[in-house]
Amino acid sequence: MSFTFFQSIWTIVVMITFLGIVVWAFSSKRKAAFDEAARLPFEEDPKTDNNKTASE
Amino acid sequence: MTNNETYNYKVVRQFAIMTIVWGIVGMLVGVVIAAQLAWPALNFDVPWLTFGRLRPLHTNAVIFAFGGCALFACSYYVVQHTCHARLAFPALAAFTFWGWQLVIVLAAITLPLGITTSKEYAELEWPIDILITLVWVSYALVFFTTIIKRKIPHIYVANWFFGAFIVTVAILHLFNSAALPVSFLKSYSAYAGVQDAMVQWWYGHNAVGFFLTAGFLGIMYYFVPKQAGRPVYSYRLSVVHFWALVFTYIWAGPHHLHYTALPDWAQSLGMIMSLILLAPSWGGMINGIMTLSGAWHKLRTDPVLRLLIVSISFYGMSTFEGPMMSIKTVNALSHYTDWTIGHVHSGALGWVALVSMGAMYYLIPRLFGRELYSLKLVEVHFWTATIGIVLYIASMWVAGIMQGLMWRAVNADGTLTYSFVESVQAMHPYYIVRTLGGAFFLLGALVMAYNLWRSIADAKPVEVEIPEPASAH
Repeated sequence: MSFTFFQSIWTIVVMITFLGIVVWAFSSKRKAAFDEAARLPFEEDPKTDNNKTASE
Repeated sequence: MTNNETYNYKVVRQFAIMTIVWGIVGMLVGVVIAAQLAWPALNFDVPWLTFGRLRPLHTNAVIFAFGGCALFACSYYVVQHTCHARLAFPALAAFTFWGWQLVIVLAAITLPLGITTSKEYAELEWPIDILITLVWVSYALVFFTTIIKRKIPHIYVANWFFGAFIVTVAILHLFNSAALPVSFLKSYSAYAGVQDAMVQWWYGHNAVGFFLTAGFLGIMYYFVPKQAGRPVYSYRLSVVHFWALVFTYIWAGPHHLHYTALPDWAQSLGMIMSLILLAPSWGGMINGIMTLSGAWHKLRTDPVLRLLIVSISFYGMSTFEGPMMSIKTVNALSHYTDWTIGHVHSGALGWVALVSMGAMYYLIPRLFGRELYSLKLVEVHFWTATIGIVLYIASMWVAGIMQGLMWRAVNADGTLTYSFVESVQAMHPYYIVRTLGGAFFLLGALVMAYNLWRSIADAKPVEVEIPEPASAH
């Protein structure tokens, strides 16, 4: 088990992780959540219904 | 309904104003040294006015003073607004401002005096490096604690980019600045030979990748949607953009060391990773520009938006040029020539400076509860700056390719066709055009400063209450 072996494994692990992120990001299950996240900068604009929540 | 807590705008205001001040100082020094290259007598035989000492002053001023203040201002503003939380540790946040200004002043004193480590973009000597470390750790504490305090469950993508920028710059600075001090003002790098070169360009290219790219992409992902009044084109693409960029950028450094003592495999790795970088870079560019999809008409009426969109176009252009120049055979022609300088400035003026200026047009009037004084003047700034950039990069392309070709030209008997000084002489007209381009860009910045000053001259700083998050999450 050489150092190079672990480097090769690591390359594959990182690659799979990245492909996993791509699949996760583009899965249809996440669409609604991401669409909401994209509107985050506009949330503070004054036309929200302003229901007071329990947070603090 | 609000919870009566206000955003911390004070530190944002301070950094935003100093962005404009340091921008003008740094660009002025740039124009001076550009003029010195065209007319060498302009150093007046004064040691601290010579090119070798003013050049690091210029790069430090525009990157770390102008760009740094813009990043501090925007990240502090964005993290509060997208987390609905007041900035954590106000005293520490104030320390990041005053500490960073002290770093800049110390740089402005030591560099002209010739006190330098001679590592590009990391010239400052060890006592200043320690101060930078303290400021940066405080910055990280303030930023990440604010994120922990957030009232919004999701962490908006801009904050991911700011976070990656803060963490990576900390690591880069610590490793590259590791040095053995021999006196109060002199130290020697902890690394030697080719290892030193590799650490330096691992740092140097990631200063580009994380300081000048990731951080400013954070600015893009907040201010472009805000100015356009519509959400980013694809949030999912922004997630992939983020991870692809941070996975890849860190490996691109060796392309600065093609055909050197660096092992060949490392050079090739740097080249391959630089080529791969085209994908995330253009993914991000498309995401930014397509945010306007369906609202292109806004470009006609909103010069601030136009400034932002043109900055993203320059980002796309320079991130195409960069991978191309990292190809070894292209690099054999381009390296050590003014082509590199042209490439850097299409990124620095076109992307970093314009996106910062666009963000400042958005930010500064709001921080004082005012509207912009004149859109007409933004228009003037836009065209002056764009013409300046085009003059700058076009002259450097021609100059650089000509230099490269002159240096490699050989006669039939194997002797060099041109002496070095002949290539220097051939540069003269292009150096004049470059100076002119830089002067145009500086003029644009002065117009911006006047416009922003008129916008806020008689205004009082405003306090803005933090809204409660909408319950519909």
